[in-house]
Amino acid sequence: MPHGNEPHRFDRLPATAEERAVEGRPTRQAVVSWWDERFGIDPDTFQHHTFWERGAGKIWAFRDDFDQPTPVAIEGLGMAVLRTRQEHWKPTTEAAQRWGTAASRNVIHLDEPAAEAFLAGEDQDLAWDGDWGYLIAANDLAGAPEPIGVGLYVHGELQSKVPKGRQREF
Amino acid sequence: MDVLGRYEDLVDDVEAFRAACDRPLPSAVRVNTIKTTVERTREALDAEGIAYDPAEWYPGLLRLPDAQPGTNWPYVHGWTHGQEEVSAVPARVLDPAPGERVWDACAAPGSKTTQLAALMNDSGLVVATDNNLGRIAALRSNAERLGCTNVAVTREDARNHSLKPFEFDRYDRALVDVPCSCEGTVRKNPDALEDWTLDHVHEIAGVQKGILRRAVQATREGGSVVYSTCTFAPAENEAVLDHAIREADCELVDFDLPLAHVEGVRAWEGETYDESVRRAKRIYPHHNDTGGFFVARLEVTG
Repeated sequence: MPHGNEPHRFDRLPATAEERAVEGRPTRQAVVSWWDERFGIDPDTFQHHTFWERGAGKIWAFRDDFDQPTPVAIEGLGMAVLRTRQEHWKPTTEAAQRWGTAASRNVIHLDEPAAEAFLAGEDQDLAWDGDWGYLIAANDLAGAPEPIGVGLYVHGELQSKVPKGRQREF
Repeated sequence: MDVLGRYEDLVDDVEAFRAACDRPLPSAVRVNTIKTTVERTREALDAEGIAYDPAEWYPGLLRLPDAQPGTNWPYVHGWTHGQEEVSAVPARVLDPAPGERVWDACAAPGSKTTQLAALMNDSGLVVATDNNLGRIAALRSNAERLGCTNVAVTREDARNHSLKPFEFDRYDRALVDVPCSCEGTVRKNPDALEDWTLDHVHEIAGVQKGILRRAVQATREGGSVVYSTCTFAPAENEAVLDHAIREADCELVDFDLPLAHVEGVRAWEGETYDESVRRAKRIYPHHNDTGGFFVARLEVTG
């Protein structure tokens, strides 16, 4: 059933481009591949989740054990994970925290002062010899790296994308 | 008016009750097992020099004698959630299993919703309902911060909860932690009793009955419903249960609660309630140095 993108309704992403009914809507395959290509997160990580669009380009991940019907008009369905329909897809802080520990690339490790500055929302000059673009920023907690959120790395600078409501100064 | 004085005949130790109500409430956090383990969280708190005291009755519930729950790395990473000790009781009594369908009828701001999600290993489904958009924003923010993906949020009056957005017609379990006169939160909000009126108690009891009735209807035969409040008023507690077991297909059942408590009261201000309301549990602030709480477990019989 073809239908347009409606701002207050969750619509499940089509599995593949062949099944796409709404122009510009990303596919499940594209979303899972993006996490794999950008961060090395195994597609199996999302085997129990379906992906949904609500609002243009905002993608939600939902643990879908009961084959939730589509479309659905409610206030929330799992968590917002990704902003698409733009040149560079941008993961959310919450998705970076939830799945970032499974990432094998494009994770920038911050020492304590850099982690605190990042959490406070500050941009900072940092050396990084990997890709430019959106990175997962992590610090060490209980002896292992733990993702804090998303940063944008360009021209030698890591810009903190921690939303205002999540920023903290210790 | 001396609201707490109304209950002096019910409590076992009036002096201790009054003294506890006057003390500020200790801080506590619940470890979010969707993102980490209790052991790693304790390690992280140790590394930050934050003292904690584990609550024996609930693995991963940690009292923080000196610290604010929200100003440290474990909080930022979504490993902990500030949650008062008795607030962790009803989800524990409901005891959902991974893969089940659960309704949280009065969900915002989401402490119990996220606790249910964690008890279910972020599987199955928690439908979290509230009727206030601002409170729903807080609920969604908490659910996302804690990494819950099995939560669906609906905005509606819980008394008229609709299952239309979903493909099933009954839940396995329901948590009915209703809006109430909040007498038991006086340690957290010293103003909690300022606007107290008997009319409000009776008005809100009507709402509570409606929500509990809907929860029993929406739960499968043999399923469980937990009813809870943070108030002492029998009109909002035993009277609501008495109404439910007479009007809906359900009965009160026994359950274990490893916290000091007393049984539900059978009579209050000239009214008497069904014998089985004694299966409900009252937690007074002086019992465990917590807020006041009321909790009951029902089984759906039809």
